[in-house]
Amino acid sequence: MIKVGIIGIGKMGISHLAILGAHPDVEIAGVCDTSKMMLDAIEKYSPFPCFTDHRKMLDTAKPDAVIVAVPTRYHADIVAELLERNIHVFVEKPFCLNAEQAPSLIALAKERKLVNQVGYHNKFIGTFREVKRIVNSGALGDIYHFHGQSYGPVVIRAKQESWRTNPEEGGGCLMDYASHVIDLINDILAPVDKVTSSTLKSIFSKQVDDAVFAMMQLKNNVSGMLSVNWSDDTFRKMTTSLTINGTKGKIISDANEFKVFFKDKEAPAGYRSGWNIKYVTDLTEPVEYYLRGEEYSAQMDYFIKSVLGTKPNLINTFETAAQTDRAISLIRKAQS
Amino acid sequence: MERILFGDNQFFAVNHISDEKAMAQSIKFKDDSAIINTLDTARNAGIQTFMCTTHDRIGNICDIIREQPEKYMGYKMYPCMPYAHKYANAVTELGVTGTLKKFVPGNFIGSMFKGGVAFLSKDYLSIMELLIDSEMKMFKGIDTPVIFLQNVITDMLLGMKMKEVLVSFHHYIAKKYNAEAGYITMNMPALLDLLESGGVKNPIICSSINKVGFRMSGGKELYENTLKTRQFRAIAMQVLAGGAVPAKEAISYICDLPNIESILFGASSRANIQETVSLIHEFDTKKLTTKY
Repeated sequence: MIKVGIIGIGKMGISHLAILGAHPDVEIAGVCDTSKMMLDAIEKYSPFPCFTDHRKMLDTAKPDAVIVAVPTRYHADIVAELLERNIHVFVEKPFCLNAEQAPSLIALAKERKLVNQVGYHNKFIGTFREVKRIVNSGALGDIYHFHGQSYGPVVIRAKQESWRTNPEEGGGCLMDYASHVIDLINDILAPVDKVTSSTLKSIFSKQVDDAVFAMMQLKNNVSGMLSVNWSDDTFRKMTTSLTINGTKGKIISDANEFKVFFKDKEAPAGYRSGWNIKYVTDLTEPVEYYLRGEEYSAQMDYFIKSVLGTKPNLINTFETAAQTDRAISLIRKAQS
Repeated sequence: MERILFGDNQFFAVNHISDEKAMAQSIKFKDDSAIINTLDTARNAGIQTFMCTTHDRIGNICDIIREQPEKYMGYKMYPCMPYAHKYANAVTELGVTGTLKKFVPGNFIGSMFKGGVAFLSKDYLSIMELLIDSEMKMFKGIDTPVIFLQNVITDMLLGMKMKEVLVSFHHYIAKKYNAEAGYITMNMPALLDLLESGGVKNPIICSSINKVGFRMSGGKELYENTLKTRQFRAIAMQVLAGGAVPAKEAISYICDLPNIESILFGASSRANIQETVSLIHEFDTKKLTTKY
């Protein structure tokens, strides 16, 4: 049994709490938030111990692992404190508000041999896993271009205030939405190396960007585009897709549908020449408890199993998430 | 409940396997008349119950149905609440408190915030009741014999072990609306355990049930066993597993299972609606003739 504490019970924290609450290897040791609104409801109706001060939770509940789901601004400090106390950490994305904060945290986690994971849940989606497998197999030939996109209806009117609309707390479309696509590109193709130009547009928000468009070059010299817009209400919910062009074929994939075209007569096992379509139903492993998508349960299960030592803690480490932080800062600097 | 219930995913760009199809559907059903035409097609195929999310546009559909009482005599709607994305987007935008301020009607919340946290902490179930009432407003004058809690909320409460809240939904629906509560879930066996332990007998539970085990948390075998051995009123949804199982095979599997009271499906075209309905009738008849 792993004793898990949760710091921050906003949208993601609640989701993680429900998933962990149903996990057979987890005992919820404590739930912590500074806002009493949700905390009181949890205290009243759930069996979980509640705290308003995370230090008190750590001292009293003594968790083996902690989920950090507070605004991005607070990530680095809280994560450092947890690592100092030898606690395994799962932190929401993006990892750090400033890319410079990451190296010391990476080093500390390594030194103390602590499990470290960041909440880029797309890596647990079957279709995107298949994209990575096909890309790594070389079946697309030389990859020469990519287009990463994400659209959704988060800020669709003026006059909305929360930490997500505050640049100092880590708000904005680049940090909140685009980070997912950048992280997928980093993982599937290669880390972003240069950003040749970028535009951060405020559409409805006063202080932060609502859309991000960028031309990027990766460490393997592949170049491509990023278009992300969280003020697009023609999408019912966040929709992320990746198109990858290679000399021998092309992939177009989103979270539900994986389409691949192989030019040559020879295609990899399980595929044929020309177009192939696979669905998330063919590519997704079932989970023991489902809340908002298999990937959310799968990433938590992976974290818990890494703490138990039955999984290797290779997906979404602090190190890979720090590459995404670096790309975010390159995109900011490249604004035209 | 009727054997076949008509669903609404196709109307609101919900497609479990294709984002492209989802958008095409949202264009196809951009006018309310397109939704009504499809509901009428389903009615003509014998489906007299529409199970629908409390999406804003359902309000318009309710208006149309209320305006033609003769045409829609005997027609039933099963509201499923809340329309989760409405709240999820609002939480991202406004935070939890801002969202409650926006959706809880009247000045209850205003006075509550003034009154402070102590007052607040005693009244969560009242907030839930107010939210239910606010979602139910659009159905005034329409026959809604079963009222559902959507899976995101059901499953969140289940994960957080908030038994009392789940059970309160059941009691409030009975008391206020003289209707039965239903629960949509992706975790049917676990939910049944929790509801039973909270004293809810023979609950209505709508869950994914299909031949390939898609979104059947805990596994297909556990679902089949639960259907065989436990007492509850099961509705099967996602029977085609998003298109992964051919219709005939999918319906044959469902009709063979014990204890499934109703089958929920949605479709856009006349041909698909008619095909699914006749397959259900065909396999139901087959089962009856084999049995007796």
